Amino acid sequence: MTASRPTVTIRAGFIPLLDAAILILARIKGFAEEEGIDLVLVQESSWASIRDRVALGHFDVAHMLAPMPIAASLGLTPFGGAVITPMCLGLGGNAITVSNAVWYGMSLAGADNSGDPKRMGEALRAVVAERRRRGQSRLTFAVVHPFSSHNYYLRYWLAACGIDPRTDVTLTVVPPPYMSDALAGGHIDGYCVGEPWNSASVVAGVGHIVTTTSAIWKSSPEKVLGARADWAEQNPEALSALLRAMHRASLWCDAPKNAPELVELLSSSRYLDVAPSAMLAGVTGRIALGDGQPQAVPDFRYFAKRAATFPWISHGLWFFSQMARWGQIELTPATLDIARRSIRPDLYRKALGPLGVALPNASAKVEGTLTMETPVATADGRLFLGPDGFFDGKVFDPDLIGDYVAGFEIKGPGPQEG
Amino acid sequence: MVDADIKILVIDENRIRASVIEEGLREAGYANVRVIADSRPMVRAIVDADPDVVFIDLENPNRDVLEHMFQVSRAISRPIAMFVDRSDRDMIEAAVDAGVSAYIVDGLKKERLKPILDTAISRFNAFSRMREELDRTKRALEERKVIDRAKGVLMRLRAIGEDEAHALLRRTAMNENRRIAEVAQSVLTAADLLSGGKP
Repeated sequence: MTASRPTVTIRAGFIPLLDAAILILARIKGFAEEEGIDLVLVQESSWASIRDRVALGHFDVAHMLAPMPIAASLGLTPFGGAVITPMCLGLGGNAITVSNAVWYGMSLAGADNSGDPKRMGEALRAVVAERRRRGQSRLTFAVVHPFSSHNYYLRYWLAACGIDPRTDVTLTVVPPPYMSDALAGGHIDGYCVGEPWNSASVVAGVGHIVTTTSAIWKSSPEKVLGARADWAEQNPEALSALLRAMHRASLWCDAPKNAPELVELLSSSRYLDVAPSAMLAGVTGRIALGDGQPQAVPDFRYFAKRAATFPWISHGLWFFSQMARWGQIELTPATLDIARRSIRPDLYRKALGPLGVALPNASAKVEGTLTMETPVATADGRLFLGPDGFFDGKVFDPDLIGDYVAGFEIKGPGPQEG
Repeated sequence: MVDADIKILVIDENRIRASVIEEGLREAGYANVRVIADSRPMVRAIVDADPDVVFIDLENPNRDVLEHMFQVSRAISRPIAMFVDRSDRDMIEAAVDAGVSAYIVDGLKKERLKPILDTAISRFNAFSRMREELDRTKRALEERKVIDRAKGVLMRLRAIGEDEAHALLRRTAMNENRRIAEVAQSVLTAADLLSGGKP
């Protein structure tokens, strides 16, 4: 306990989702308090409100979609104001779900319960082609926000399988809790979102999970802690203390023995308000793929192990590469520099190094080269990283970002959606 | 001077609040006000309204959906963005504090927007006060019920009269520095546990 230390108040916005767990648990398990922080959590219902209230100074930090701090720093948001990423909130946790009708078509075209992105993508491509032959309307897929990992993962998967996300399907935005209803009501035909909102459709009998983003890009990043750049600059000690508290919370969340408590807490009406059975899948990584029973999906999601909270510059720059790929931003030395400087592993090292946390020596890696769990160089050699391959075998070298973007056949802003 | 012809769209799932705002704008002289209270916003409805100004409550999860529609929908012919001018921080702050976000069609002048926004903000604030008042009343009513039930338990178990039961609750609350409703709740919880869950 550090009761003698003066208490600092940090205001944090969050959306009730499984991947806000570290932030929520840092507060309710007392990790923040032990660091002398009065962590005030404010629940929001849209990313737009999170974005605005960070920009206006109502929040010092927030649970954010990983591309949001990059977009804010690049001036792509209404009120401007740079936001930094000093910590990641875990890896994995997303999946892609389709309606019963689309699943039926896919199963006729060879889809099974393997969750294999390539095989599932080929089956979906057959459904898309068949609909075109019959003159039926394009399928509509939903993501949670234009600047979301879901938007880029879904587009990446579709495009790599020969489905042009700009012209072969329609992309739209739906809030996570409404996905299942929108699917049931026939407003959308599929979506990419974090758990429990995929399993919720399976439990309700309105959809099938075809693959997980952990299969599209292994150990891929998801939400982050976004901090207002000026606040972080003026309050370095408070930020360090918050990162330490969140590190302890991440260890708590990753401990299997805490899973039942985590499920009970987050599924309650106070937070996500879903059936604990739907929540359990995302916490344990036992996902019902295709029309099968829940099965253990390797490395579906983790909160702490394998440097899951380390803010890799290569993760941030991959999102930036996709923003450039789809025409949301122009790739220039200046924009690249802004994106790179918004990711702050230096602050993470400064906060967690003194705790003896194993830190990788490098802050960026060539994504897509690790095929299995691999030990990496650290000061004391205790760190393993998870596999990080893309399902199509492509490799992302953050030093060759221009070539990477240019190398995609399907790219560009495309015709706008109706 | 009021721009009576300016087209205003209010998107709010809370129908009562939406009509409070609509009424306020009409009273201020804006005749062209439309309300969308659906939980599923449709491009069609927005296109029909063809708004110059759009207000959306900040609690609305559909903000992300609407922003996406404003950006990409071909059907919406005029570009809609947040606020006129990001430099006018006071106006933005006042709106967000009140719980409303405003989207403006490209080209609308700040001077024309200001009185509309002021009206919407004051109505949002008025509604919040109304809701707080209502919540307080509801809470007080519920607490009264809990206290009455606790008095009943005490009267039965200790064979005392109502006045005495009330005095006992009040005295305990004072001694323990708690609110009388909290003590009453403890009595009910204890009675429930002791009777094995039977009321």
